[in-house]
Amino acid sequence: MPRRTDIESILIIGAGPIVIGQACEFDYSGTQAARALKEEGFRVILVNSNPATIMTDPDLAHATYIEPITPDYVEAIIRKENPDAILPTVGGQTALNLAIDLHKNGILKKYGVRLIGAQVDAIEKAEDREQFKIAMDKVGIDTAQGGFVHSWDEAEALLEEIKFPIIIRPSFTLGGTGGSVAYNFDEFQELVENGLQASPITEVLIEESLLGWKEYELEVIRDNADNAIIVCSIENIDPMGIHTGDSATVAPAMTLTDKEFQQMRNWSILCLRTIGVETGGSNVQFAVNPETGRCIIIEMNPRVSRSSALASKATGFPIAKIAAKLAVGFTLDELPNDITGKTLAAFEPAIDYVVTKIPRFDFEKFPSSSGHLGVQMQSVGEVMSIGRTFRESIQKAMRSLEVGLDGLEPKPPAEGDPDVSRARELDMSALRFGTAFRLLKIQHAFIDGQSVDDIFQITKIDPWFLNQIQQLAYIQNDEISKEASLRELKQNGFSDKQIGRMLHKTELEIRELRKKENVLPAYKVVDTCAAEFAAETPYCYSTYDEENEIVPLDGKKVIILGGGPNRIGQGIEFDYCCVQAVFGLQDRGFKTIMVNCNPETVSTDFDLVDRLYFEPVTFEDVLNIVEFEKPEGVLVQFGGQTPLKIANRLAKAGVPIIGTSPKSIDAAEDREKFGSILKTLNVSCPEFGTGRTLDEVISVSEKIGFPVLARPSYVLGGRAMEIVYSKEQLVDYVSRSADVTEGHPILIDEFLEDAFEFDVDALCDGESVHIGAVMQHIEEAGIHSGDSACVLPPYKISAKAMDEIIRITTELALELKVCGLINLQFAFKKGRVYLLEANPRASRTVPFVSKAANLPLARIAAQLAVGAKLKEFGLHQWDSHHHISVKEAVLPFNKFPEESIFLSPEMKSTGEVMGISESFGQSFRKASVSAGNMVPSSGSVFISVNDGDKLNIISVARDLKELGFSLTGTSGTASELNRNGLKTETIFKVGEGRPNVVDGIKNNEINLVINTPLGATSRFDEEAIGRACIQKGVLAVTTLSGAEAVVRAIRQQDSEISVYSIQDYHSRIFAQKSDLSKIPVTA
Amino acid sequence: MPKPAVLLLKDGRKFHGKSFGAEGETTGEVCFNTGMTGYQEILTDPSYCRQIVTMTSPHIGNYGVNDDDIESAQIQVAGFAVKEETVIPSNWQADRSVGYYLRDQGIVGIQGIDTRALTRHIRDKGAMNGIISTEDDDSKSLMKKLTKIPDMSGLDLAKDVSAKEKYDWSGNGDENQFKVAAIDFGIKYNILRLLEDHGCGITIFPANASSHDIMAFNPDGVFLSNGPGDPAAVTYGIKTVRELLGKKPIFGICLGHQILAIALGAKTFKLKFGHRGLNHPVKNLETNTIEITSQNHGFAVDLDSLPDGIIPTHLNLNDNTSEGIQSKEFPAFSVQYHPESSPGPHDSRYLFEKFIGMMQHDS
Repeated sequence: MPRRTDIESILIIGAGPIVIGQACEFDYSGTQAARALKEEGFRVILVNSNPATIMTDPDLAHATYIEPITPDYVEAIIRKENPDAILPTVGGQTALNLAIDLHKNGILKKYGVRLIGAQVDAIEKAEDREQFKIAMDKVGIDTAQGGFVHSWDEAEALLEEIKFPIIIRPSFTLGGTGGSVAYNFDEFQELVENGLQASPITEVLIEESLLGWKEYELEVIRDNADNAIIVCSIENIDPMGIHTGDSATVAPAMTLTDKEFQQMRNWSILCLRTIGVETGGSNVQFAVNPETGRCIIIEMNPRVSRSSALASKATGFPIAKIAAKLAVGFTLDELPNDITGKTLAAFEPAIDYVVTKIPRFDFEKFPSSSGHLGVQMQSVGEVMSIGRTFRESIQKAMRSLEVGLDGLEPKPPAEGDPDVSRARELDMSALRFGTAFRLLKIQHAFIDGQSVDDIFQITKIDPWFLNQIQQLAYIQNDEISKEASLRELKQNGFSDKQIGRMLHKTELEIRELRKKENVLPAYKVVDTCAAEFAAETPYCYSTYDEENEIVPLDGKKVIILGGGPNRIGQGIEFDYCCVQAVFGLQDRGFKTIMVNCNPETVSTDFDLVDRLYFEPVTFEDVLNIVEFEKPEGVLVQFGGQTPLKIANRLAKAGVPIIGTSPKSIDAAEDREKFGSILKTLNVSCPEFGTGRTLDEVISVSEKIGFPVLARPSYVLGGRAMEIVYSKEQLVDYVSRSADVTEGHPILIDEFLEDAFEFDVDALCDGESVHIGAVMQHIEEAGIHSGDSACVLPPYKISAKAMDEIIRITTELALELKVCGLINLQFAFKKGRVYLLEANPRASRTVPFVSKAANLPLARIAAQLAVGAKLKEFGLHQWDSHHHISVKEAVLPFNKFPEESIFLSPEMKSTGEVMGISESFGQSFRKASVSAGNMVPSSGSVFISVNDGDKLNIISVARDLKELGFSLTGTSGTASELNRNGLKTETIFKVGEGRPNVVDGIKNNEINLVINTPLGATSRFDEEAIGRACIQKGVLAVTTLSGAEAVVRAIRQQDSEISVYSIQDYHSRIFAQKSDLSKIPVTA
Repeated sequence: MPKPAVLLLKDGRKFHGKSFGAEGETTGEVCFNTGMTGYQEILTDPSYCRQIVTMTSPHIGNYGVNDDDIESAQIQVAGFAVKEETVIPSNWQADRSVGYYLRDQGIVGIQGIDTRALTRHIRDKGAMNGIISTEDDDSKSLMKKLTKIPDMSGLDLAKDVSAKEKYDWSGNGDENQFKVAAIDFGIKYNILRLLEDHGCGITIFPANASSHDIMAFNPDGVFLSNGPGDPAAVTYGIKTVRELLGKKPIFGICLGHQILAIALGAKTFKLKFGHRGLNHPVKNLETNTIEITSQNHGFAVDLDSLPDGIIPTHLNLNDNTSEGIQSKEFPAFSVQYHPESSPGPHDSRYLFEKFIGMMQHDS
């Protein structure tokens, strides 16, 4: 059946901010869907609150709404745009949930909008455990034994069917404590009885334990003619019990016979039919008992997912794109396979390589977490690698992670490393838990002589994988490695660095040796068909097999280095910048080459660039590609810290880095060099110093005077950055952060307490400078800019100070010979402007600015790097728009409930949202809603502030009182407010007596918390409050300026929801005569 | 450490690797299979007679071999070429490694070669003869041996792999609903298993059985099996089938499909490199739906040669070649692909029901 003609306009729902469990894979899928539907001539309307996405680029849809993804706001969009249909299957769980809400609220019916891709009953059947189980049982698909019980008698009866250990999971408990395991009858009785009591509906789910079973996922696509295909099978290396997002996985499945695999295939397709997924992609998860082969279905997701993004990148089959086309009526045999260009989408990809995905964790940012992996996802990003064998693939994946690993091998102890823990002996019991680096520990255990069977007994990781890891460990044995040929070592995925360590040579010496022996990477391609057909748009990976099957790309070409895995501090924003850089270079007629290893991203989509290398972004791998392709230039300023870290070495190796030179980037990073530049330009900055030893650090700090800001150099995202108030604290800090500094010095800055902060993004072509935006942070200095909400344009700064900011930006950009983007951070205190930082590269705020100001900064910057001049673009004044945009950070504290919720110089947010409107209050309100912060409209506010904030809190409290809130506070704050005529109830702190503030929050008696940090002594109290707030969804504001902003948002409570597309906002920006309007639509 | 081994193709392309399975020398037509599972079924499929099979999947042997996943009594391939052998398999059913399995049956293989390069070579140049040797590394002498090997075109191999005598697959014929005569051109066990599951008692006839032999057995239906070689060379089989047309319902698979087509007046031709894999999309022209199919054939029925009496029923979506036909006049139909799968998807099992339906209708 061809394209549906009964619908003309489609609303695509995005996934919102990046959070743990829902990352930029939904930008990738949303972007594909938007392009696919636009290509078919539909009017595409799009909603997503996340400005850092490519999908919210104004070119991609006809109307793009950067608005909260809630029923209210989406109803307003529907009212305005009147779409015929909604596509809810490419925006993760957020979009599915919204679709259900729109249905339940009657909004779909009211406006006559239908869902395409998945219907409500199918979504509900797939999501409801009980309904799902019943449906599967009915068609003969095996599920875990057990069931829902409502009494002890029912539970006891189930014991006849199920063997211990047994999982007991109470239904609908608050905070979702998850399941507990009973190993014997007594435990079973206790857990069931407790569970029944804890469940508000007196229900527990009792199931056989699947811990240690093998885990698989199949990606299925079905069309409206009931054709179904399996795109990819994925096998988890980590067995059941660890969230699949936190598991290392491989594609295709490695240890299934054809008969086992075909049963899964049959069941996957039957599952889609039974649940009623009419069209599109779904993923179906299975567990297999390793001893009996018994296979059971775990769950299915009736939408594209993280795994489908991985499957798309692993096979070359663009699941989201195809799913979108199937949703509008096409069948699989009507759609082409874009990679081969000759065959159709109706087939199942065959792959002739091994794909490994490894998640990236940031546990060091959340010291309270145990680091043990479990059923709740904790990873913040992932890498994918491709090799011709599993060994090659996993080693490449390990070095792609950018956590200092050169392969599947624990970090070698650095010389003079103060942290002796790295050299410590392996504790085998540590292997029992999944952790971020268990695979490294397994390699270590093999080096120590442990057997496959021993490790299997502890980890339940399939022996096939263990055997492969053991082979790697075996090769690393001194004697063996000396005998192995370089080619053999490379075929096993060892990096030059690793080989260098084995042979006592440097990385570069190994490189030279390799070249001399002609051991060069062979590039092979991902072609969906295992070479059965010649491919038109394949992508490449390196291996050390015999035949290199590609030739360097023809013509003028530039390599863009991507940002690697997402992590806190370096996320989707940099992928956005890389993709924009590609567009910019294409505008100038360059061919583009992308190097990246992140499967979630748009940058690794197969048809974005002229050639994609799915490779680790390391010195060795990048240099190999550069030497092979011989590009005109390599761009390093868009992919965050990843390419910058290797820029110097690449330049030294003769790689033509274009744009701002590594020397300039260095000059800005080097405090000494930078300090002298600032002096010449007459720029104030906080006093600073550098220390390489503890004594140096102390003396520098004392000279500057406490409080100081301490941080290691060369670290993005404020990792390990702290405000230090005393010498004791400083000593403690230095001992803790030795791990991250690795020989780099520690930087000490004067800390400007209570200053306002500003962020500037600007462009420079070496001759002139264009200010992209000046943003004001809502939180005061001391909070990482990535975690701080910010406003564009600023709301509180003197004209004189603004002039100074612009002067410094301009002069500094020219002085640093910036060619491209520069980001500066300023503080404003007591009438004086201080420069805090200057980074001559793409920053986290570039996408936000681009969306707010209709200024594609990165796209222009890439063109500057290849010789374009700013004047060619006819850019408008940076502050000429008439709307106000607010960016708010989204924090992962709900995943780390033990963590302090107070913001600090160390970045902790995973994502961001944007609110845009004509007033600050409204924009802030939208941003808060999108960030999941429930701004209350009435009720009781709890206030507890430190002495410094006591005076300024009075006006906030007064405003809240006037808005109808009742006030409560701890004794100190309450008495302060009472004396100012603001009637405030006193409530106990934790430990002072009961009921205390935490009881109040838990009893829904407190609807808003304003709590500024009081120092280490009351930490316990504050953390308890924070946890209670997260549990109850109560907004907790931890800064005074944040509280002021919340007051403004509350004022907008009753105003009508107004939504405009960003295309609307942009058209109202001061009319510009720029070349940008002529830029071809990139969608 | 395994001995060095070489694979030399007839056009001179040479691959150096290591011995896999038995040591020695073997020749055959080199072809590739893109299946990611099912190597044991592939090894034991008689259609691979005189062929050196290379798997595009790089790790072969992961789940070992077992006694259940066989498609005939022994390994049938002439040689086996892989990127990497898994020495220690891992699967609850595994009782041997694939290397042991090959050695045990004296099958010569090679590993450690760039199988993707080999696949691309065959894709571009066409399937061609090759030789694997662990004993001789001299291209000239290898080539000499290679030139003695006949080309696949014109080669009748069905008689080599067929049962020599008639035998019963399932004993208790009385309880079975249907009596099926299966002509064995190299039949896969799973076809027999599925026929049995559908209530058929099966007697297997040698490839050279005459129509008289078959009619004397008085079956409810005749099954034409898969098998190796050039269908046009199986003249005796074609004759038998021609004589059976209209007398009994006929169902053919693979070589059986080609033989039925020739018997009905169509022609066959050799494909450049064949279809071998588990992912081939086939369109059922009657229902307009797509089946993902298991395929293994080097020859195909020429669609342009179909006489009026043949209706094309199935089409390969990759290259629009014939995948199924039905006679207008007689109760006879066939498919080029493998609805019995093993290995491969189970999308096309309905064809066995169709055959049952035909026999029901006929009786």
